[in-house]
Amino acid sequence: MRYSGFKVIKEALTGHKGWAPAWRDPEPQPHYDIIIIGGGGHGLATAHYLAKVYGEKKVAVIEKGWIGGGNVGRNTTIIRSNYLLDGNEPFYEFSLKLWEGLEQDLNYNAMVSQRGIMNLIHSDAQRDAFIRRGNAMMLNGADAEYLDLDQIKKEYPFLNFNDARFPIKGGLAQRRGGTVRHDAVAWGYARSADSRGVDIIQNCEVTGFKIKNGKCLGVETSKGFIGANRVGCAVAGSSGRLMSKAGMRLPIESHVLQAFVSEGLKPVLPGVITFGAGHFYVSQSDKGGLVFGGDLDGYNSYAQRGNLPVVEDVCEGGMAIMPMIGRARLLRMWGGIMDMSMDGSPIIDRTHIDGLYFNGGWCYGGFKATPASGYAFAHLLARDAPHPTATAYRFNRFETGHMIDEKGMGNQPNLH
Amino acid sequence: MIINHPILGPRDSAEFTYLGDAAMIDRPDPDTASPQDWHDYAYLRDNPAGTHRELWWHEGGDRSWLVITRNTLTHEISKVEIARDVARKMGRSK
Repeated sequence: MRYSGFKVIKEALTGHKGWAPAWRDPEPQPHYDIIIIGGGGHGLATAHYLAKVYGEKKVAVIEKGWIGGGNVGRNTTIIRSNYLLDGNEPFYEFSLKLWEGLEQDLNYNAMVSQRGIMNLIHSDAQRDAFIRRGNAMMLNGADAEYLDLDQIKKEYPFLNFNDARFPIKGGLAQRRGGTVRHDAVAWGYARSADSRGVDIIQNCEVTGFKIKNGKCLGVETSKGFIGANRVGCAVAGSSGRLMSKAGMRLPIESHVLQAFVSEGLKPVLPGVITFGAGHFYVSQSDKGGLVFGGDLDGYNSYAQRGNLPVVEDVCEGGMAIMPMIGRARLLRMWGGIMDMSMDGSPIIDRTHIDGLYFNGGWCYGGFKATPASGYAFAHLLARDAPHPTATAYRFNRFETGHMIDEKGMGNQPNLH
Repeated sequence: MIINHPILGPRDSAEFTYLGDAAMIDRPDPDTASPQDWHDYAYLRDNPAGTHRELWWHEGGDRSWLVITRNTLTHEISKVEIARDVARKMGRSK
């Protein structure tokens, strides 16, 4: 069923009796060409592009709980492509371009809103670094704009311009960045993949892999064995847990990241703003809540909840740049589990096991990458070769020294 | 989280800095280790969901290194040891 304005009006006049479920609830078949483990944003996007772009007919997505219940359902919804390094920027710009056409591609309203993102600059050295980053972005076809203090005062008059310790000196803006309704991304991809014949199997936990003579033959699940020619794992946050079932150790630690939403307010923020002297980022959802977050708690965790010192740190960051946030009451907060990789960049690659492929290590930047991650992973699964924008996201970069370390932190995952 | 420091007693975890898996104490022998051994040591982690032994540094305190046994599913801390004692038990000279 195609969604349209006409369809909405027709259903409104006929008692909304014509809507059907957006995807089926099938039982697993005994064998698929491709199985994707993980019904989150990346897994469902992979299924969509496998079916639509690469013409794969027998694909299943296997999800332990319900689709979209992991990190795609618990993030700060920001999209952007403001990276510095060659291994990253073309990939994230590809992702931003896919976001721009996503709703037409999926026939689904994902509320993609290019309201812009602006990174504040607080020192001369930071200005140099951000202008360099802006130039790298433009060299890769992305948009970047340096804003001086007067422009920032005009566009963001509520910021704290009297902070002696962290004075605002300018900003790097990406006007095409913005926010997206995160749940709708999962649902839109699921609906599109399902309509092209992908089986989305929920409440089906993968308990193990069947590996024989170095080849993956399928997965053991709570609904029995399901065979497959190729198995792709897209379970960022739980990658360590899943891949250990295949006997693999990863260059990844799982960490908890907290995020926060205030009560609903009238429109006060024109776009996404980030604090350059601490770690704080904020935007306003279409419902009016201020959505914000900051640093990781910093220790290995699978608990999906954090501790209070980070809450204090994030709120201090907010008060430092935007004192009016102190007048808003916090409505809810939550923690999500991140695959923190050893260089802060993701992995989309084959494993050493034939037929077993891996997508993970998204750190806390996975949401913006959803379309390109799905596209690149679909390319890898269908063609057995990396997508041109994802050639750097290999396991062996840690052996060969080709790390993609945006912040230059080394192999310390909690610092990326 | 409260960390029950073996010398100082219960301290707020915010005083500490986290390094990672305590398996890092067991460094490969530089005379015999292969590049692959170093890669595995520097970059690969067990990353378990459950009991995890990990290195914490009391940066805002007595600057001791601790080995803390903690459950990554609940954040419950079951054991706190001085890292030097752990390393010596494993045969390290310091």
